[in-house]
Amino acid sequence: MPRITVTVDEITYEEEVEPRLLLVHLLRDRLGRTGTPIGCDTGNCGACTVMLDGVSVKSCSVLAVQADGSEVVTVEGLSSGQEWHPMQRAFHAEHALQCGYCTPGMIMAAIDLVRNDPDPSEEAVRRGLEGNLCRCTGYTNIVRAVRRGAQEMAGRHD
Amino acid sequence: MTEQLDAGLVAERIAESDQLSAPSGDREIGRARRRKEDARLVTGRTTWTDNIQLPGMLYVTFLRSPMAHARITRVDTSAARARPGVVAALSGRDLADEQGSLPCAWPVTEDIVIPDHPPMAVEEVRYVGEAVACVVATDRYAAADALEEIEVDYEPLEAVVDMTEALTEGSPKVHETGNRAFTWRFAQGDVGAAFRDAPIVVERDYVQQRLIPTAMEPRAVVATTDGDSFTLYSATQIPHVLRVMLAMTTGIPEHRLRVVAPDVGGGFGSKLQVTAEEVLALLLTRRIGRPVKWTESRSEGNLTVHHGRDQLQRIRLAAERDGRLRAVQVELLADMGAYLMLVTPGVPLLGAFMYNGIYKMDAYDFTCTGVFTTKMPTDAYRGAGRPEATFAIERAMDELAHELGLDPVEVRRRNWIAHEEFPYTTVCGLTYDSGNYEAATDRALDLFGYDTLREEQARRRAEGDPIQLGIGVSTFTEMCGLAPSRVLGSLSYGAGGWEHASVRVLPTGKVEVVTGTSPHGQGHETAWSQIASDALGVPFEDVSVLHGDTAISHKGMDTYGSRSLVVGGIAVLSACEKVKDRARELAAHMLEASAEDVEFADGSFRVRGTSQGRTIQEVALAAFAAHDLPDGVEPGLDAETTFDPDNFSFPHGTHLCAVEVDTETGGTTIRSYVAVDDVGAVVNPLIVEGQVHGGIAQGIGQALFEEAIYDAEGNLLTTTMADYLVPTALDLPEFVTDRTETPATSNPLGVKGVGEAGTIASTPAVVNAVVDALRPYGVRDVRMPCTPERVWRAINSGTSGASGVSEASEGSHGSGAPQSSQGSRASEGFEGGGR
Repeated sequence: MPRITVTVDEITYEEEVEPRLLLVHLLRDRLGRTGTPIGCDTGNCGACTVMLDGVSVKSCSVLAVQADGSEVVTVEGLSSGQEWHPMQRAFHAEHALQCGYCTPGMIMAAIDLVRNDPDPSEEAVRRGLEGNLCRCTGYTNIVRAVRRGAQEMAGRHD
Repeated sequence: MTEQLDAGLVAERIAESDQLSAPSGDREIGRARRRKEDARLVTGRTTWTDNIQLPGMLYVTFLRSPMAHARITRVDTSAARARPGVVAALSGRDLADEQGSLPCAWPVTEDIVIPDHPPMAVEEVRYVGEAVACVVATDRYAAADALEEIEVDYEPLEAVVDMTEALTEGSPKVHETGNRAFTWRFAQGDVGAAFRDAPIVVERDYVQQRLIPTAMEPRAVVATTDGDSFTLYSATQIPHVLRVMLAMTTGIPEHRLRVVAPDVGGGFGSKLQVTAEEVLALLLTRRIGRPVKWTESRSEGNLTVHHGRDQLQRIRLAAERDGRLRAVQVELLADMGAYLMLVTPGVPLLGAFMYNGIYKMDAYDFTCTGVFTTKMPTDAYRGAGRPEATFAIERAMDELAHELGLDPVEVRRRNWIAHEEFPYTTVCGLTYDSGNYEAATDRALDLFGYDTLREEQARRRAEGDPIQLGIGVSTFTEMCGLAPSRVLGSLSYGAGGWEHASVRVLPTGKVEVVTGTSPHGQGHETAWSQIASDALGVPFEDVSVLHGDTAISHKGMDTYGSRSLVVGGIAVLSACEKVKDRARELAAHMLEASAEDVEFADGSFRVRGTSQGRTIQEVALAAFAAHDLPDGVEPGLDAETTFDPDNFSFPHGTHLCAVEVDTETGGTTIRSYVAVDDVGAVVNPLIVEGQVHGGIAQGIGQALFEEAIYDAEGNLLTTTMADYLVPTALDLPEFVTDRTETPATSNPLGVKGVGEAGTIASTPAVVNAVVDALRPYGVRDVRMPCTPERVWRAINSGTSGASGVSEASEGSHGSGAPQSSQGSRASEGFEGGGR
């Protein structure tokens, strides 16, 4: 079995994995990083979105072996101690989650979106998050949260 | 109200919401508290059922029928059993002696047919996806590999997919007893007389397409045993109901079965169920003696999570020339699917008293026939029966307005119950306790800019603009707060509708609220804290809410039907009042006063007219120490209550939708959406607004995007999220919401419930808007979901004046044909949308 080295939320792991093992199953079943959930099996819902070397990916669509030598950041790696990431604070402040199942992926995708577009319009947020499904909120508060998080990430508000 | 969020308004919005979270007076109720639940959810420290990992745990996968209807002639699991890592490979036959039958708790008529429903098929499969065998293995991948090794031989039987055909003589039978499950009728007044010489009769057929609830968290079950007792973790809305039903089904004694609903990622009714997988997981852990876990894939879930809606509706209105209603008559065919699950037959009945909507009339007649087909069973989906009813009456009211040349809002005004007429007993015998339809409608029209949009519509029509504007209205009510137990009894439901709460003030003055409700996104931990905080005069932060575990919350009826606040929240309040009564007695003793002279305010008991007092925290410590208790007072400061409501609650509201329809492509875009809801008093406006937003989105999903499609052989074609279209952020507008507030009179908080309102209201608002846009083209209906293809076909058949375009000519996904006048489709019967 291939042996891979992968850093997840600042901890480096060496693992022997089947070539077919999905990154999300490596995270959840092998490494116990269950903060990243699975919502579908066709890459549509985006619940499992993580950062792979700084870019958001759907971890159900990445093989663990593809993450060899890479750095993965999950929702669990965003906050430092008690201090939440501005996007986490924004989702809380704007009531942008209800059941919260889509939230880890939504937050990771939103952070990536804001890195590319530091002051996104409503339209840009809606377009940027089209690959992340939420069944609870109707997205209105998610859009508000992402725009608020963008402001905070840019230091325009804290 | 929410404003359009322009870039420049972001800072303002932040300031506003910060202000909302800042202290604003003494009361917690009414504050936009940020949720306690969020901390674990935004940081990923959650306990979804699939996150649970127990020592020695095994993984279960199910082999599912690829046939809609077939006899099972052979199942060979031996090759699967021989695979590495496989602990067991079992067929339905292996489990036949112990698996029992999945329960149906709502036998709606005396002569209802409730077929045997084995959790794993033994002799016959009746829908694609029904489990026929399973593998238990040491990891997910090994289990999936072994599944491929199981051999099953089927002898195909004919699929039954069309309800109308299913009821014809000579139709293949889903069950030996035939395809009719029940017929249920309810009539009030003289409907015959009302229709006999009615100046106006509007008759329409509508198709409530089959929907897939699609909670974001797929179902998952973990079962474990120590050889004596059992624990089942499940992504369920109903841990308490589940425990009772599993004990009855499996024979595991109830007192040795604990059911836990950990973090649950949405339900919308789909997790209001006793599922095959829950029963089978218990049987497997009992048989193998090790913990087992099953987690469904989304594709598996689309096949096997119960579906929603799927009704053919015929609604007839009799009206005067001025638009006043005389009577409503409704005939339903409701697709049960292959079996009757927990409340399958009851779902259409939850709408049976609602087709009159908010309107006054003299007579009413409702008939529903439940039909078996070889499809996944239907059951509760957000609104359950009430969205269907609201859709039919609100669509029909628009048709009535059109027939009479009246504005659709005006025809509603002429019929609705005026605010001074409450409490009002409707033609169906329900007493609507409070409401103000005028206020909600006026506010909505104002926010929407109704007159301006009508002017723009007229202009575009006159100019022949290829982009037509449509305006849709929906003035709805719903019966929620399920439910008075005696009413459920009168409808033959198998249980009551009460709710339980217990409240304890701990020795250190902190408070634990134990609730029988089982939240899965609704924010009960926050809202119940607000209620308890006000009632006991303790800080919001000092309250914890415990739920979702039958070992912690021993008594409850769980969460569905917009019931949690209206029933469960009132139970919390009443338990707090009981605690306060006990504390008052002890405080009086401590203060050497009589209890009548002790008053409670701001968390302290004071002797009236003096500065002498004890805080509730001091009383709690004294109650714990128990060194000096008055006679008859027990140690500890706690109490519990069970609340059973006297009546349903009746939220209402007015929703307005403006759509732009591209008449060249059939594409529909929602331009604006205004919702003014009256859900009574509000505990947390942030949570209420969120519920309304999400509800609207789901209703829009039904109107424009979603449909579970089976082909003629009974294969589900929409098994993935690429095929079954849940709305994305890009599909929806920013919703404008506001509220009016007429408190419910049926409970001390004046609350009405909000969980289903948006879904119930929005579907007809959107479809009314689409049809309104297309009126100049002779279009009278577009079947849901109003896809570009259906809209385009409606426009083109409408333009050509062909009112009789049949479904067949449009293919199996075809739209409803335009209806040229009242009653014109009568001869088509229900064949139109039978697929």
